[in-house]
Amino acid sequence: MYRYDEFDHKLVAERARQFRRQVKRRLSGELTEDQFKPLRLMNGLYMQLHAYMLRVNVPYGSLSSRQLRKFAHIARTYDRDFGHFTTRQNIQFNWIKLEEVPDILEELAEVEVTAIQSSGNCVRNITSDHYAGRARDELADPRVYCELLRQYTILNPDFSYLPRKFKIALTGSPRDRAAVALHDIGLRMHRNEAGEIGFEVLVGGGQGRTPFIAHTIRDWLAPEHLLSYVESILRVYNMYGRRDNMHKARIKIIVNQMGIDRYRELVEADWEQIKDSVLKVPQAEVDRINAYFAPPEYECLADIPDELNDVRARIPEFDQWMAANVAEHRVPGYSIVNLSLKAPGLPPGDMTADTMDAVADLADRYSLDEIRVNHRQNLSFVDVRQRDLFTLWKELKLLDLATPNIQSVSDIICCPGLDYCNLANSRSIPVAQDLSRHFVDVDHLALVGDFTINISGCMNACGHHHVGNIGILGVNKRGKEYFQLTLGGSSDENAALGDRLGRALPQGQVPAAVETIVDTYLAIRLDGERFLDTYRRVGIEPFREAVYSPVQARAVA
Amino acid sequence: MQMIIANRLLDGRVVFMDDSGGWVNDIADGSLLVSQQDAAEQLTAAQQAVEENEVVDPYLIDVSADGGRRRPVQVRERIRAFGPSVGLVPQGHGGV
Amino acid sequence: MALLKNNEMIDDPFVDATGQETIPADGPVLVDLHQWQSHREQLTQRADPVGVRLRSDQPPELIARDLESLALVALEFPVFRDGRAYSYARLLRGQYRFDGEIRAVGDVLLEQLHFMERTGFDAFELQSDDPLGDLQVASADFDVWYQPAADGRLSAMQLRHQSD
Repeated sequence: MYRYDEFDHKLVAERARQFRRQVKRRLSGELTEDQFKPLRLMNGLYMQLHAYMLRVNVPYGSLSSRQLRKFAHIARTYDRDFGHFTTRQNIQFNWIKLEEVPDILEELAEVEVTAIQSSGNCVRNITSDHYAGRARDELADPRVYCELLRQYTILNPDFSYLPRKFKIALTGSPRDRAAVALHDIGLRMHRNEAGEIGFEVLVGGGQGRTPFIAHTIRDWLAPEHLLSYVESILRVYNMYGRRDNMHKARIKIIVNQMGIDRYRELVEADWEQIKDSVLKVPQAEVDRINAYFAPPEYECLADIPDELNDVRARIPEFDQWMAANVAEHRVPGYSIVNLSLKAPGLPPGDMTADTMDAVADLADRYSLDEIRVNHRQNLSFVDVRQRDLFTLWKELKLLDLATPNIQSVSDIICCPGLDYCNLANSRSIPVAQDLSRHFVDVDHLALVGDFTINISGCMNACGHHHVGNIGILGVNKRGKEYFQLTLGGSSDENAALGDRLGRALPQGQVPAAVETIVDTYLAIRLDGERFLDTYRRVGIEPFREAVYSPVQARAVA
Repeated sequence: MQMIIANRLLDGRVVFMDDSGGWVNDIADGSLLVSQQDAAEQLTAAQQAVEENEVVDPYLIDVSADGGRRRPVQVRERIRAFGPSVGLVPQGHGGV
Repeated sequence: MALLKNNEMIDDPFVDATGQETIPADGPVLVDLHQWQSHREQLTQRADPVGVRLRSDQPPELIARDLESLALVALEFPVFRDGRAYSYARLLRGQYRFDGEIRAVGDVLLEQLHFMERTGFDAFELQSDDPLGDLQVASADFDVWYQPAADGRLSAMQLRHQSD
């Protein structure tokens, strides 16, 4: 993992001190709420339904056990004993007191964690593939470039008052696990014929009320130009992005209004002026950062499929978990283990302080002290010896973190919704709870296979409903909560926005409708087809008919 | 009937305005406003509390009081008054 | 209005003629873009310095070829949240190599001073009872910076590799 040097430590300490002053000025009345709001947001502090909420960054999803223990401590000391992992590699605390925030930021700084720019109209937490550095299909580790971008964007004087928020994601694998096409800037690594690594640069993706898949603005960018090219994209956006209407202020709107070709022209013209400036990344800095991401000293081990298969044959439950939650590692004898934060009936992404401490202990024992946070609101241990898998599974079961449902119907992405959020108009968590209780049969989950359900409590789409295989959007009709279903969304390398299925349903009818969709898929799928493949082959009609046909309507009523 | 709801600046907690123009945590202790005029007057007082950096974003909510128990009419305001409908701490986690 | 420049309070030598029907015949004067474009010839011939004030929707490319004739560009912040002028100042100092005064006008507050200074502003119409005190507070916040900007301060990355 990256470790702070003297510069990083100093800057983060200075930022915490600055915020202490800003809080003091707010409390004394020198700053009005209107003036203070952007300042607190730029430190991740929201006013939500119940209290202040603090959003803390887990840069590109890398978390040490020490940092996770600090989160447990924050939850216990300053909040109500739990935190919530979001879809952008952040953790949120829900009952924070303004007067205590400066102390919390200082405590976080001790373990090299910040809330800097986890909100606000600035560049947010840089996110990435949670398997970075470990995935078998990876071309190169994206984290060094994430870290370069993290530093470049933190307290950037040019781009701290953008028209709207700005999100950047990177992937080093052809398999996109970071949803880069749904970001303001997405960076996708490729290798050219000379064997060099470069980025395909995407721009203008995003969800919210007007979703767009990003356009490719540049096919190939040499990594040394990463910062200058991002600066040019940001400058054009800062100057020409719309400021007359906050719902039209994201870069996706201006890119699609002026067209990607015009946007590219402006960016390239600006970039010509600065590409060879001091923004050019020196190889020495790449090397310095890369050293932190050097692979750990792995033991010389071999894969042990036979031993594992023996245990799997004896213990079906372990077999199910292995099949669903364990992924391939690039080093023989090691595996990646996903911890499901989606046990039946639990709010997706929530974790108590005690569980955080327990997970930190497990990471120390089984995963070289490191934990990854992913955009599907689960955690991963990325360096687990295969010979420890069975023991680890038993430990995770005790913590209710071994539900074998990764990337399945009950591995639901869900925003906090109207139970916590100021923007929401309906409760998303109860829908997720209903669905996860509905789909508890593990054999059935395995039969259904690769399937994503994403739930948002309003059109701001924090629950990524546009890109769920099934998307569920809370809408408010005459004061009542209803849910609008979409089908066929996907956030991977073939990203797609879901299509609207039909009229919105009351909460009570959602599980039956989802079950109908799943059953329809099972009835018509061809061998080896994922839901998404079947959907792309047959279209929406069979599903629409099944959910809304008169017989079905009676059944769900 | 209506009440004034807001967040306290210092700790962000949900508060209600009481009869003396102070701010209380429990909806049962807040001031129940029957007439339009009372509501308007209290809202003005609440705006003053914003100026004085006591609370943030005060507004009027509709409240019913069947059987003496006060209950906001809107779901959102019920959640603000009584907490998340899904329980504070997820059940099942933390069984260490 | 009193002006904060070079760490001191000075009387603004420029007469603000923006939005006025007539422009004073002599003395340093500040005009708006419309006035500048309508009276460019007369204004460039004046012996005394001239400044142009740009709204936040008027990028500096509109005066790019006139910069040699200008002693001052005033960039407006209609509200402190409108961050376009940070980029304008950066372009003026960088691409356009403008070395006259860049003045922040409008909703200019303590908490934004640091970023303004970094992007190339060197004069501020600060909304404050104690501009010098505010400047001191804002200047004391940081002495590490992650990015190169218009102020010439070395970034952490540059400092890390200075000896390379």
